[in-house]
Amino acid sequence: MSKYTEDDLKKELETQEYEYGFYTDIESETFPIGLNEDVIRAISKKKNEPEWMTEWRLDAFRIWEQMEEPEWANVRYEKPDFQAISYYSAPKKADPNKTLDDVDPELLEMYKKLGISVDEQKKLQGVAVDIVVDSVSVATTFKKTLAEKGIIFMPISEAIQEHPELVKKYMGTVVPKTDNFYAALNSAVFTDGSFCYIPKGVKCPMELSTYFRINEGGTGQFERTLLIADESSYVSYLEGCTAPARDENQLHAAVVELIALDDAEIKYSTVQNWFPGDKEGSGGVYNFVTKRGICETNAKISWTQVETGSAVTWKYPSCILKGNNSVGEFYSIAVTNNYQQADTGTKMIHIGKNTKSTIISKGISAGKSQNSYRGLVQINSRAANARNFSQCDSLLMGDQCGAHTFPYIEAKNSTAQVEHEATTSKIGEDQLFYCNQRGIDTEKAIALIVNGFSKDVLNKLPMEFAVEAQKLLEISLEGSVG
Amino acid sequence: MLKIENLQARIEDKEILKGLNIEVKAGEVHAIMGPNGAGKSTMASVIAGKEEYEVTGGSIELNGEDISELAPEERAHAGVFLSFQYPVEIPGVTVTNFIKSSINESRKAQGLEELPAKDLLKKIREKSELLEIDRKFLSRSLNEGFSGGEKKRNEIFQMAMLEPKLAILDETDSGLDIDALRIVANGVNKLKSKDNAVIVITHYQRLLDYIVPDFVHVLHDGKIVKSGTKELALELEEKGYDWIKEELNA
Repeated sequence: MSKYTEDDLKKELETQEYEYGFYTDIESETFPIGLNEDVIRAISKKKNEPEWMTEWRLDAFRIWEQMEEPEWANVRYEKPDFQAISYYSAPKKADPNKTLDDVDPELLEMYKKLGISVDEQKKLQGVAVDIVVDSVSVATTFKKTLAEKGIIFMPISEAIQEHPELVKKYMGTVVPKTDNFYAALNSAVFTDGSFCYIPKGVKCPMELSTYFRINEGGTGQFERTLLIADESSYVSYLEGCTAPARDENQLHAAVVELIALDDAEIKYSTVQNWFPGDKEGSGGVYNFVTKRGICETNAKISWTQVETGSAVTWKYPSCILKGNNSVGEFYSIAVTNNYQQADTGTKMIHIGKNTKSTIISKGISAGKSQNSYRGLVQINSRAANARNFSQCDSLLMGDQCGAHTFPYIEAKNSTAQVEHEATTSKIGEDQLFYCNQRGIDTEKAIALIVNGFSKDVLNKLPMEFAVEAQKLLEISLEGSVG
Repeated sequence: MLKIENLQARIEDKEILKGLNIEVKAGEVHAIMGPNGAGKSTMASVIAGKEEYEVTGGSIELNGEDISELAPEERAHAGVFLSFQYPVEIPGVTVTNFIKSSINESRKAQGLEELPAKDLLKKIREKSELLEIDRKFLSRSLNEGFSGGEKKRNEIFQMAMLEPKLAILDETDSGLDIDALRIVANGVNKLKSKDNAVIVITHYQRLLDYIVPDFVHVLHDGKIVKSGTKELALELEEKGYDWIKEELNA
């Protein structure tokens, strides 16, 4: 066998297209481009929303108009023209009342390509799926099983109709309309997303799962997720994303709000694989996401994310530890390759006494990418005995990428204990040769090293997600050492 | 088993191996000795296929097949094993997981199925007993925080697991106290058979009290300049290398 060099590998990978880069031709109903109060009213009308919701959106829009797009993140990109985006796109044939048999076969085919099954198999695996294609949910499964426990899991547009009291009470309480530029925009124009309510004392019997996907070219996606875990309840929520390849940049500005009431626990896991752009750095999704949770007394919120996609990522899943003894956790793996840029991390806001937070961030940079960790640990004056442990590790591949760490610590209570550890390492020729010498080829060796590096975080993912995430890490980094 | 003829190799612009010849038959143990900078470790790296080194001439044959154009992993699959002087750390990858990948990659290259977990565990148990390795050690990250002795023992453990045709031990004795040295040497002796061969690279005669070589070679300035039996090692121990250099210059 002739020698297979890294150059050969590189060449092979260069021609390899984004694995999920296909485009399904579905007839869509799309709004003309541009954003003004009329468009917002039209979105609201399209969704048959009550007036309070329309007003809420308009209020957000007026706030957004006064805001500037933030520039402090360590990312460079051409700013989207917000007037050149269409703010509503719905697959035309979708109708939530239809059964799966009625769903557009092309859509089902698309799910198949993505490896998403919307059938009883999911139930056997203990996963209920609320699938969002573009902006409208087309299939919701196992609503009934969940309903028996009093669990509400539905598209947020339906929740606005069916559970207005819950939506009204909680939406915008964790991420206010005024929070930031993208959150304000999302509040004005969100078209769909998921809503989940776990009643008092209920342990959700299955992992709740949502797959988001951008399909229509040139449309932005503004998901809104609201998850409420009532007292002493528990839920594990999975969110996974894949997106087809598009030439123009696509904007994704989601808002996720988690509310963990007394003694409740929420585990929120994300695998993000939006189209990262091609190897020249053109195309790819702009992912500007605001995710935040609030913990009441003894509550716990745990964020786990595996970020491999998007051209630009701006994302800081955070915890407000309001209640005494509440716990916040953030486990993250962020991979950047080629020209990807990620500025991601978390905020842990300690307000209650004896609050505890843990941050484990693993950044992996390859190609010409830039990968930044940005985190804030804030201990307020009344947060006696607050504790934080942060660990930020960076792994570099090659010599053209960058890893950056921006930890901010604000401690206003002298009983606080804050620890921060950081390491930077490089996959070295020596490590690769060692693996090669033991019969492990370079590609496998990288996968092995990266998995070892990411293990602390991968271990936090639910089983089926961990396998998927491991695969994603391998795909994202193929051919990155040369 | 191994036949190296007129091997020349360099790193960047520096010639290191300048026409090296050696033949190692199955069942034999050869020791390579020589002063610092003679090219001992380079020889090991070049046989294993490290890409930093450019082979500019000569051949390396393993069982009649020229392996000098093969990738390092292909040489490993063909039965070459190198016990590293400085084994690298791989955080988060356990010794067990690493050896499992290693064994299964080699099996895959030979068209075999993965080794069933049961068989793997049995083998691990056997070999770890052979090398007096604490089982807890196997669930630690590869070489991370290992003492010098643990690292070397781990190398020999991997050798035991992989059962190579040709094992090259590069300064395996460095950093070992006498007890660890004995354990490692015993391990190597137990693994020796009429079907495999061992090349021991060392600075000192000490290791050769435990792993007794059939032949001893002196490497100097990129060439083997003197070969002999075990007695040569003792002579070197006593007299150093200078007399050989003088002999060469004479």
